[in-house]
Amino acid sequence: MQRRKLLKTAAAGSVLGALGLVSGCATSGGGSGPKVVVVGGGYGGATAAKYVRMWSDYRFNVTLVEPNAAFVSCPISNLVLGGSKTIADVTTPYDTLSRRHGVRIVRDMALAIDPEKKVVRLASGTELPYDRLILSPGIDFMWEALPGMARPGAQDAVLHSWKAGAQTVALRRQLEAMPDGGVYALSIPLAPYRCPPGPYERACQVAHYFSKAKPRSKVLVLDANDDVTSKGPLFKKAWADRYAGIVEYRPKHNLVDVDAAARTLKFEFNDDVKAAVLNVVPPMRAGDIAFKTGLATANRRWCEVDFLTHESKVAKNIHVLGDAIQAAPAMPKSGHIANQHGKTCAAAVVALLGGKQPNALPIYNNTCYSFVSDEDVVHVASVHRYDAAQKTMLTVPGSGGVSAAANELEGKYAMAWARNIWADTLA
Amino acid sequence: MKTGLQLLIAGLLVVGAQQAWAQVDALQLRSWAAACANCHGTGGVAQPGMASLAGGSKDDMTKMLLDYKAGRRPATVMHQLAKGYTDEQLEQIAGYFAALKK
Repeated sequence: MQRRKLLKTAAAGSVLGALGLVSGCATSGGGSGPKVVVVGGGYGGATAAKYVRMWSDYRFNVTLVEPNAAFVSCPISNLVLGGSKTIADVTTPYDTLSRRHGVRIVRDMALAIDPEKKVVRLASGTELPYDRLILSPGIDFMWEALPGMARPGAQDAVLHSWKAGAQTVALRRQLEAMPDGGVYALSIPLAPYRCPPGPYERACQVAHYFSKAKPRSKVLVLDANDDVTSKGPLFKKAWADRYAGIVEYRPKHNLVDVDAAARTLKFEFNDDVKAAVLNVVPPMRAGDIAFKTGLATANRRWCEVDFLTHESKVAKNIHVLGDAIQAAPAMPKSGHIANQHGKTCAAAVVALLGGKQPNALPIYNNTCYSFVSDEDVVHVASVHRYDAAQKTMLTVPGSGGVSAAANELEGKYAMAWARNIWADTLA
Repeated sequence: MKTGLQLLIAGLLVVGAQQAWAQVDALQLRSWAAACANCHGTGGVAQPGMASLAGGSKDDMTKMLLDYKAGRRPATVMHQLAKGYTDEQLEQIAGYFAALKK
């Protein structure tokens, strides 16, 4: 106690703050440090939880609120639809985060935030106080854009499978149950959406499965965008060379409604499409908890943040990561980027709660692999650097690019990437 | 205890400003290097199928990165990523990983 008093008095001098002793001093009674609550255990949140613990030298208390029992990766999950991976292959338990890093994991759902009182209320009724809150809520769907999807049973019949897990397995079952000669129709929303190349990889994976098991079947891609939004020439080459007669791509198909019972898609300007299996990726926005807290200020969809800290532009002490943010120019909503947000935010939270300045020049990369078959892969990569004048992350001119062609070597690297990012996020 | 701590603080104050700057740079470098961990593992210790960076030779890693950047060394992705950094940043990141335990 005497020691704390002494340090607190001395810490009035700014030099001590710069030396990092303030964070030691901020250690409250009973040996507990500042309280950081992380909501959402995906690529962004789990990474932030781990790195706040590591970079605070295990002094800060970190509580991770996550409703799911285990982490199911969206990246690689399209291979479950293609049949070369199982859902178990893309699932990682959370327990290493608690065992190795001392993250307290609360299996619950965050329902509300009181930014004034600095408290998160959970579905169980528990209230978690925080000094800094890190929200990594992912995305939720704008079902209001597709009125028919509100009918009873519609969302069980027409799947999005855009959050990996039960819906991934259920869509694979629908594809297995579909008779040969049937049509699988995939609807893609206008950008921005989670994982720009994801729908096109999915088209490849379903076509791969059909080419082996149901060669008379079709994959019909109905894209609201004017063209393929990522790795366009590489995907189009895969469809033409590998899946000729199976994949048909139709741009400028803006979905406005779904009749699940009649298995029919309705478009703004185009004819209705009926298919044996409908897979609708709806328009999306920041996850519910961020939306309900009023943080989604960009088009009432995405959360604007300070890219040095990921602190919300409208709520102090609340940081937002991952797919939920209003992204910087040419920054994709990817798991890889969410992981980078997690580390950027973790470093900033540790600095700020320790009375230090956050890093003034974040630099990080994105690497995204897409499987065009069970083995061959194409990538897109970019490097993003903070621009102090524009106060956002910009891609570094001359950096980044895509694969020259689909290749097996990158198939091996893609799985090595997955093993490494899963470990970096969760182990 | 109190006396020891006071001595410690006095000592720290003497070299205060200089260390504060050094520390800011170290934290910035730590964040830059952490962006490599997605593929090369936390702290540069990789999972199977990717190269570990921790404890490697600073000179070798710097040369490799500069060769990627200049297009002198074939790669699938590193030639595209290396171009996002200055030569000095690449050298600093190589030095950071060289100092970590394997």
